Amino acid sequence: MNLHEYQAKEILAKYGIPVPPGKIAFTADEAKQIASEFGDTVVIKAQVHTGGRGKAGGVKLAQTPEEAREKAAQILGLNIKGFITKKVLVAKAVNIAKEYYAGLILDRVTQRVVLMLSKEGGVDIEEVAAARPEALIKYPIDPFTGLRPFQARELVKQAGMEGNLNKLADVLVKLYQAYVGIDASTAEINPLVITDTGEVVAADAKIVLDDNALYRHPELTPLREFEAEHPLEVEASNYGFSYVKLDGNVGVIGNGAGLVMYTLDLVQRAGGRAANFLDIGGGAKAEVVYNALKVVLKDPDVKGVFINIFGGITRADEVAKGVIRAMEEGILTKPVAMRVAGTAEEEAKALLQGRPVYMYPTSIEAAKAIISMVGGTK
Amino acid sequence: MSILVDKNTQVIVQGITGREGAFHTEAMLKAGTKVVAGVTPGKGGQSILGVPVYDTVKEATAFHRVDASIIFVPAPAAADAALEAAHAGVPLVVLITEGIPTLDMVKAVAEIKAMGRVRLIGGNCPGLITPGECKLGIMPANVFKRGRVGLISRSGTVTYETAQALSEAGYGISTCVGIGGDPIIGSTFKDLLPLFNEDPETHAVVICGEIGGSDEEDAAAYIKAHMKKPVVGFIGGRSAPKGKKMGHAGAIIMGNIGTPESKLAAFAEADVPVAETIDEIVELVRAKLG
Repeated sequence: MNLHEYQAKEILAKYGIPVPPGKIAFTADEAKQIASEFGDTVVIKAQVHTGGRGKAGGVKLAQTPEEAREKAAQILGLNIKGFITKKVLVAKAVNIAKEYYAGLILDRVTQRVVLMLSKEGGVDIEEVAAARPEALIKYPIDPFTGLRPFQARELVKQAGMEGNLNKLADVLVKLYQAYVGIDASTAEINPLVITDTGEVVAADAKIVLDDNALYRHPELTPLREFEAEHPLEVEASNYGFSYVKLDGNVGVIGNGAGLVMYTLDLVQRAGGRAANFLDIGGGAKAEVVYNALKVVLKDPDVKGVFINIFGGITRADEVAKGVIRAMEEGILTKPVAMRVAGTAEEEAKALLQGRPVYMYPTSIEAAKAIISMVGGTK
Repeated sequence: MSILVDKNTQVIVQGITGREGAFHTEAMLKAGTKVVAGVTPGKGGQSILGVPVYDTVKEATAFHRVDASIIFVPAPAAADAALEAAHAGVPLVVLITEGIPTLDMVKAVAEIKAMGRVRLIGGNCPGLITPGECKLGIMPANVFKRGRVGLISRSGTVTYETAQALSEAGYGISTCVGIGGDPIIGSTFKDLLPLFNEDPETHAVVICGEIGGSDEEDAAAYIKAHMKKPVVGFIGGRSAPKGKKMGHAGAIIMGNIGTPESKLAAFAEADVPVAETIDEIVELVRAKLG
């Protein structure tokens, strides 16, 4: 689960990391009000779940309350990579002397949480890593001891960061405490600013939470914003499906993440593009297939559906019954290609007789068939 | 021969009284697995499907020789269950449970690796099978026929499809290991390749990888340096967009890490042919084994 910048900063502040004072505004007038409370230059930042806000015009400085109102009006409603801006963070501007980067991520190779540090902050850190890997320090943290202050000080020195050593190291130690405390999967401060008066401040922050651990943080669950996610992803998760919206026109339903990924690959290989990833998980009962079809067919891009089910004990006629129910209720009006490896295939064929649902013995044949029915997009 | 499990492997099931645990215990018994005991804290003294249940793994190991444990314990308690088995001296621990908090796994994997004598497979994995001898997992046993191809996979259903295709083509499976789709897992491709390398029954190995992480690249480096047998690769999720998690928590392309291009290049460097479809896996195995 992604958090907004202001939510991430609230968490960091709770763990003792200095952040610029800021408040959230839903209207331009609220932004003006907040700016006049601060009585100083403010920065107005779109709160959307995507990067590249600055380039999209979602971050602006304002010298006066009136200017804050104007700038907030420009940013509110702004479409940034498909996300509509519904709120802005109005924060006291900081006078930047240096911009650094500090981040914690889960590293699969070392199987540890890795601290990444760079004195080249304020820019896309992936670009820094690609262009000058030596400018990014990576330190795998021992999960049993955590990040110790002396280690943090050594790393600050190693990264070549200037400024108050103890304050910088303290931010790193607290960032790790926050990461573990809230079960994050990513926690980044970029930029980590040294101000002209020598203060160390987290001027921007990004936190992603580990969904598997949300159950032990009930206080964080309300931070999930359904309107910030794709509505079909929300609906699918209510059925227990894993769904990802994609940009093609072939609806895909399968069981098992690996098989669904493979099915998307087959669609592409046959000259088409999948409209979605949908994993129904284990057990392809008629009801489950019917619910999956309901979700997939709410997407107006879908011109046909490819159902790819594997199961040693899955009954193909159960899958067929789910498909037929969706047709009889008028939900399913598009062609379906299906491939079900399991038992009762003959019964399924008999049920589907005379309907625009076609069964194929292999995934590859089904992929080709659905592309010929909906037309390729390549 | 085979790797990790055979007809003599004595197994305990942690979480045996739960719905999943009981269901799969029955399926494992049917497949010929020697399930000698079950463990559910608070339910010791009961018996399920003729299998005695203990409160702790320690008690189970006091009464039985235990070669392996398979875990169906719910996610919040799953990492603890794996550590319980490891500390009780069980040498092979298979963690089936899905959705375990990642930091729990970071700690559990670090602790188990530091112990040095325990092999952990998973979490979020289908387990492993030596067809006809021991099924220590949740896969449908009927699609696996005994044979000479070792199979390692990050996915469940793709594994079954591949095993079925190899079995129907007459090659069959020596042992199949599903390593799991999570970012932090107990054993990776490169941890298991040496076992297949030394197994006389395994004549070739198929690696079913997918996007995300760099396990395939690590495997390719091992293959190039050490592998004595032909290896065939497969990479699922080639058409997936960057930054989107495709069902498996581990199947996500972050920046330049985890891309299919990187994995294909690594396999090419190690002379590992990569199949685009499951049918092609069989063709490539045929090209190697005849």
